[in-house]
Amino acid sequence: MGPLTYFGEISTEWNYVIAVFIGMAFGYIMEASGFSSSRKLIGVFYGYDFAVIRVFITATLVAIIGLLYMGYFGLIDYSVLFVHPTFVYSAIIGGVIMGFGFITGGFCPGTSLCAVAIGKLDGWVFTGALFLGIMVYSWVFPLLEPWYNLGDMGHIKITEWLGVSEGWFVFGFAVVSIAIFYITALIRRKIKHVRY
Amino acid sequence: MKFWEENKRHVYWNPYFGGFMLGLLLIATFYITGRGVGATGGTKSAVVAAVGKVAPKYAERSEYYGKYYDEESNPMKNWLVFETIGILAGAFLSGALSGRARFRVQHPTHITSNKRLMWAGVGGLLFGFGSQFARGCTSGAALSGSAVLSLGGFITMFAIFGTAYMLAYFFRKLWIH
Repeated sequence: MGPLTYFGEISTEWNYVIAVFIGMAFGYIMEASGFSSSRKLIGVFYGYDFAVIRVFITATLVAIIGLLYMGYFGLIDYSVLFVHPTFVYSAIIGGVIMGFGFITGGFCPGTSLCAVAIGKLDGWVFTGALFLGIMVYSWVFPLLEPWYNLGDMGHIKITEWLGVSEGWFVFGFAVVSIAIFYITALIRRKIKHVRY
Repeated sequence: MKFWEENKRHVYWNPYFGGFMLGLLLIATFYITGRGVGATGGTKSAVVAAVGKVAPKYAERSEYYGKYYDEESNPMKNWLVFETIGILAGAFLSGALSGRARFRVQHPTHITSNKRLMWAGVGGLLFGFGSQFARGCTSGAALSGSAVLSLGGFITMFAIFGTAYMLAYFFRKLWIH
């Protein structure tokens, strides 16, 4: 039963080897989907290319549904999976700062690594600046620490917060996703094609 | 041959296929490790290691680095560091096989490459800062968080995309004309 490392079925050394392979698959999928191109990524905000939203939502849906089913069938212990903790203020403020970074830089950290790998110099600059941004954060961290820990809700799930069952949430999410796929396809047809 | 290569350079996967594959990868990652993927964690480890090498006393005293640094263990011996090396290798493989791997600056024709590089630097700086504040970036917080229905993952995802949509109008000259 999964997670394999949690139940000690994989040793630490193998875990590092597996990490390289998971990373390779992650990088390959992102690059093959066009995520090494800032112009393709940023198309989502100007309506000429919706690849980001399509890939992102499809991946989220597949993962949510797949993991829930594996939990139901007893292939994975769903309760021990790491749920990203919710700190309301830092999640919003950090997200807003990252949104600023996305529209100006044209990448997010994962996609900039793909750009680095295939020789895009804008990706190199973005990734270099990423290091600097983390260093700057470490300098001002003492000032930000109270904000960083404000609004701690623990490892809460969106279904617990909304008070709906996982099944209904996934169903609603799927319906909304299909609507988004349809609407973005309509918008894409109306917007002037951008060559890049 | 030349024509074929020229055409192939911009042929990407169907986004729904890419998304499906990424979803399967997330399932596999959670099945094996119990956690999701990440992209800033490895970068942070590299920063911690570099600061630790240059100024070990500072790294130990610092409120921030102190959490991740001690002289005994190597901060680079970390799952996300190995995964990040994999990301670089995998992306290079995909790009090289499709004839996309070469040195260049990609930017719209109406702006100079220096301008593009400058704004890429601004964006990277902000993204690095924001990812630390939100405890993860688009991969670690938004994608991997949402995959297991984390409320914080969804909040961060909406905050990133919502902000970028709201600012898109003001930065339109950088991308379209």
